[in-house]
Amino acid sequence: MIEVQGLTKKYGDIEVVSGISFNAAQGDIVGFLGPNGAGKTTTMRMLVTFLPPTSGTAKIAGYDILAQADEVRKNIGYMPENPPLYSEMRVHEYLRFMGEIKGVEKDSLKKRVDEVIELTCLTDVHTRLCGHLSKGFKQRVGLAQAIINNPKVIILDEPTSGLDPVQIVEIRKLISNLAQNHTVILSTHILPEVTEVCNKVVIIAQGKVALESSLEDVVRTRTLEQAFMDCVTAERGAIMSNAA
Amino acid sequence: MKTSLRNIIAIFKKEMLSFFVSPIAYIVLTGFILMSAYFFYNFLAYYDLVLQQYAAMPYKMGDQGVPGMNEFVVARYYYTLMVILVFLIPVLTMRLIAEEKRTGTFEMLAISPLSITEIVLGKFAGVAAILTLMLGLVFLFPLFLYFQATIEFWPMFLGLLGLILYALSFASIGMAISAFTNNQVVAAVGSMVTLLLLYMINSPAESVGGAVGEVLKYLSPAEQAVDLLLGVIETKSIIYFTSLILVGIFFSQRALEAQRWR
Repeated sequence: MIEVQGLTKKYGDIEVVSGISFNAAQGDIVGFLGPNGAGKTTTMRMLVTFLPPTSGTAKIAGYDILAQADEVRKNIGYMPENPPLYSEMRVHEYLRFMGEIKGVEKDSLKKRVDEVIELTCLTDVHTRLCGHLSKGFKQRVGLAQAIINNPKVIILDEPTSGLDPVQIVEIRKLISNLAQNHTVILSTHILPEVTEVCNKVVIIAQGKVALESSLEDVVRTRTLEQAFMDCVTAERGAIMSNAA
Repeated sequence: MKTSLRNIIAIFKKEMLSFFVSPIAYIVLTGFILMSAYFFYNFLAYYDLVLQQYAAMPYKMGDQGVPGMNEFVVARYYYTLMVILVFLIPVLTMRLIAEEKRTGTFEMLAISPLSITEIVLGKFAGVAAILTLMLGLVFLFPLFLYFQATIEFWPMFLGLLGLILYALSFASIGMAISAFTNNQVVAAVGSMVTLLLLYMINSPAESVGGAVGEVLKYLSPAEQAVDLLLGVIETKSIIYFTSLILVGIFFSQRALEAQRWR
């Protein structure tokens, strides 16, 4: 469902993402981990066709992100870290608009908007202005717009940041349920979240894939936290020795 | 990619919604109507004075000498609105694209299946509708004359259409400038400077003279609008303003397309 092949992004001389490759099958929930500045968001922005890669490519639902960007856009839902909303629109108006531009059929649009409002527990606030919502509700509206057109691939950038514990549980449950029909890439800093909802882990450090494995294999010998630390320190060590 | 009307309408509806919940809408509308009313009153009062003076003249030259209301009041009113619009249109267009880029909502549009052309056309349709509404509202003053005085309707109405065409061409340029920045103030000031310079481009025409002078005159929206606002259907001016609209849409499209794959 997702095939990333040697994705690289350079800003001038600085290589933010260097040749990342990984795969995800239908129904996978991939935990996409890495320290701050490792290139997670840049990678995801390339996958959703917002940023063009310097080299390398990826296939989303069988479509190439460079050659078939239009098809990719129809099959992807993306929730950025701070979902940008139109502050002057009401929640249901915003979702309706996002559904319209993402090509949800006119006849089913109203039903679909109601559905995602219920799925993301926005029923109480659906007539409020997006600009007046608290961070947690904004996150959920962001999630709602990502799934509104029922895309095959959903990419979530720290979906649970800013949520209260109850909401976190609800959103995790929602993400787990998504796996039945969707492939999900979930970027997060919260490791227990990965062990709870993901079945696959990709750890990147310094713009490179440090680990790609199923969650079972990772936690067989060590905890996820240890694995994460190993990846990060190994990468830093390599860079230190290169510099020396 | 195929341009679909449904997508353009989706963006158009969003623009209308955003416009009418923002305070800018009501400030611009009120200010514009207030200024228009003031100028309209002045021209009308002045016309009244001229008529009185005319009546006081000892030797009359028949009806020939009486200035017509169409030229004396309505056309001058339209010419004044043209100048006001140079300053008001940038206020309407500044947020069109710059704001979406600043708040990041442009990112969401960019990764949606919409084409840039659809986004630009939808936004232009939005601002076009708002300008048409504004000009339609201030047309009520001359329309009132139609019921109360001797005035011809069609020149007045065609003049309004000319004024709308002029306004749309400026809005299109304002939108293009908004597409090049993510700062609304930069967009507003940039548009005002550009539109004012364009408006005044014929100023050196007389002193330069020759072919260059003719070109400057041709490029001037003020020159081109003179006949249109009198209600004359001038094909060359219609082509001129339509071209300006297309140029603005083209540059908006290019600017955004370049950023989508930055």
